[in-house]
Amino acid sequence: MLEIKNLSARIGDKEILRGVNLIVPDGEIHAIMGPNGAGKSTLSYVLSGREGYEVTGGEAIYNGQDILALAPEARAAAGMFLAFQYPVELPGVGNANFLRTALNAVRRARGEAELDAVAFLKLARAALKNLSMQDDMLKRNVNVGFSGGEKKRNEVLQMALLRPGLAILDETDSGLDIDALKIVAEGVNALRSPVFSALVITHYQRLLDYIVPDRVHVLAAGKIVRSGGPELALELEARGYAGLEAA
Amino acid sequence: MTALPTRSLEAWRYTDLRPLDAMSFAEAPAAPLPDDLPDIGVPRLVFVNGRFDAAASSTLMFAHGFATVTEESDLPLALINAQHAQDGLTLEIPAGVDAGVVLLISYANGGALHPRHRISLGAGATLTLLEVIKGEGVYWHNPVTDIVLAQGARLAHYRLQNESREAFHLATIRAAAAADAAYESFTAVMGAKLSRAEFHVELTGAKAHTHLNAAQLLGGSQHGDFTSVVRHKAPDCSSRQTVKSVLSDAARGVFQGRIEVDRVAQKTDGYQMSQALLLSPAAEMDIKPELQIFADDVKCSHGATIGALDEEQVFYLRSRGIPEDTARAMLIRAFLTEALEPVTHAGAHALFEAAIETWWTGK
Ligand SMILES: Nc1ncnc2c1ncn2[C@@H]1O[C@H](COP(=O)(O)OP(=O)(O)OP(=O)(O)O)[C@@H](O)[C@H]1O
Ligand SMILES: [Mg+2]
Repeated sequence: MLEIKNLSARIGDKEILRGVNLIVPDGEIHAIMGPNGAGKSTLSYVLSGREGYEVTGGEAIYNGQDILALAPEARAAAGMFLAFQYPVELPGVGNANFLRTALNAVRRARGEAELDAVAFLKLARAALKNLSMQDDMLKRNVNVGFSGGEKKRNEVLQMALLRPGLAILDETDSGLDIDALKIVAEGVNALRSPVFSALVITHYQRLLDYIVPDRVHVLAAGKIVRSGGPELALELEARGYAGLEAA
Repeated sequence: MTALPTRSLEAWRYTDLRPLDAMSFAEAPAAPLPDDLPDIGVPRLVFVNGRFDAAASSTLMFAHGFATVTEESDLPLALINAQHAQDGLTLEIPAGVDAGVVLLISYANGGALHPRHRISLGAGATLTLLEVIKGEGVYWHNPVTDIVLAQGARLAHYRLQNESREAFHLATIRAAAAADAAYESFTAVMGAKLSRAEFHVELTGAKAHTHLNAAQLLGGSQHGDFTSVVRHKAPDCSSRQTVKSVLSDAARGVFQGRIEVDRVAQKTDGYQMSQALLLSPAAEMDIKPELQIFADDVKCSHGATIGALDEEQVFYLRSRGIPEDTARAMLIRAFLTEALEPVTHAGAHALFEAAIETWWTGK
C-alpha cells in the first residue's frame, strides 16, 4: 500500500507539490490526470528519489516504509518502478546488459538468486514476445535511436522483467499508436494481482478503456483537487479541467 | 645526455618534465618477475628493467637480438633513448606470414630504462602485438618503438600502460604504413605518476589506414599526455582517432593531436575526436587539435568535448535498482566503448575490460 500524506516539494524556490494526499491500496490501479505543469511528473520523480527536489513537508509510506529516506536503488529493491515520461538514452550501454544488471541487482537486494546469461535471455525473449517487440531490441543501446513508441514499450519491458509491487507510469500512453496502446495496457494488466498496485498518469481517457482504474484523481497546481471512480475520467474528457483548480 | 624538453617547446607546453629532471636513478635492483603477469595463451616476450629476459620468454622464430641504434629525428626523448639504449625487441615478420598474437611484457622496479623496439612486417604480413607495461616503485621508462609496415601489412598494436604510480613513462611510437597497410592501435593509459605516449604515424602509400585510439583513466595527481601526429603522405588514406579521458581527483589529462595532409594526399579521410569525463572539480583536461592541410580534396574533421557524467542517466539506472557505484561504472565503461573498437582480439579485449573494472573498483 502506498500512502502519500500532505506531501510538499519544491525545486529551487519554486513550490510544485503543495500538500498531496493519496492512498493506493494493494491490488488497485489509480489514475492521475491533470493539466500540463500541475506537478504529475514531479510527484513521480519525488516518489522515485530523483535529486534536485526538496521535500518541504509530508511523507510517503510504501508497505510501511518511509521511502523518502531511501536511495533510488533501494526504492526499486523495495518494489517501486517508474516508467519515465521521457525515457533516458544510454549510448554505449547495451539493452540486454542493462536489463540483466537491473534485474540481478533487484534480485540480489530481494535475496533471490542472480540469473546467468542464458536464463536471463530466455526470460527476456518471452517478455519481448508478450510485448510484440523484436529480439534485436536487446542488442541495441538503451533507448538510443528508438522511436517514441519503442521507448515507451522498452519501459514496459523493464517493468515486466522487474515485476514491481508498485508501478508509476508517467504518460506511458503518449505517442503510442492504438495497437501499441493495447499491448502496453496488456503489459500492465498482466501484472495485476492482490499485491500489485499502480499509479497511471495520463491525459487521455482512451488508455483507461484498457487499464480500467479503481480510482481517478485530478492533480492541479500541486494538489489532488478531485477524486472519483472511472466515470470521472469521462467527465474530464467532456468538460476539461476548468473550474477544478478552485475546488 | 641530450637535455629533457621544456615547456618552452610548443610540443611540451602541457607536460612539465621538471619533476623527472630533478631525479637521479640508481641501477635497478634485481627484480624477481611478479607472478601475476597476464597470460592469454599466446607466446610472450618479457623485458625486465629494460632487458630481455630469455628465460621468461617464449622462443619466437621472428624475434631477433638487439642492434645498435642511430637516431635521425630531433625528438629529444628519442635522442636520449638512442644514447642509452642497450636492449630492445626486434620482430621481423616475413611477407605473407600471419604471425598471430604476441604478448610483450615490460616489467620494471627501478632505474632508467631506454629500450628500443623495432617491428617490421613484410608485404601482406599480419601481427597482433599486445603490450602490457607494469612495474613497482620509482623508475623512468623511456621506450622507443619503430614500426615499418610494407604494402598490405596489418599490425594491431594494443598497449596497456599500467606502470607503477611512482614511475615516469615517456613512450615514443613511430609507425610508417605503405600502400594498403593498416596500423590499428589502442592504448590504455592508467599507470605512472607522469606519462606521455607520443605517436608519429606516417601513411606513405595509397589507401594506408590507421586507428590511433586511447583511453586515459587517471586519478590522484596523475598526469597523462597522449600526443599524436598523423601525416598523410599519399592519396586515399584514412586515419581515425578516438581519445577518451576519464579523470578523477586532481588528475590531469592532455591530448594533442595533429593531422598533416601533404599536397599529394588527395581524398584523405581524417577523423579525430577527443572526449573527457571529469569526475571531480579538481580534475583538468587540456586538448589541442591541429589540422595542417595542403591538399584541396580532403575530408578532415575533429571535435572535442569535456563534461561530467550525466546525472539523468545515473538516476535512470538507479531507478532500476542498480547501485550508484555500479551505475557510474556502467556509464564510464559506455563512454570508453568507441575508443576500444580497434581491439578485436577477444583475449586482449578481456584484459582491458578487467583493467578498467579494477581501476574503477580500486578508486
Ligand atoms: N527542474 C525544474 N526547474 C524549474 N521548474 C521545474 C523543473 N522541473 C519542473 N518544473 C516545473 O514544475 C511544474 C510541474 O512540472 P511537471 O513536469 O511535474 O508537470 P506535469 O504535471 O508532469 O506536466 P505534463 O502534463 O506537461 O507532463 C512545471 O511548472 C514545471 O515547469
Ligand atoms: Mg509530466
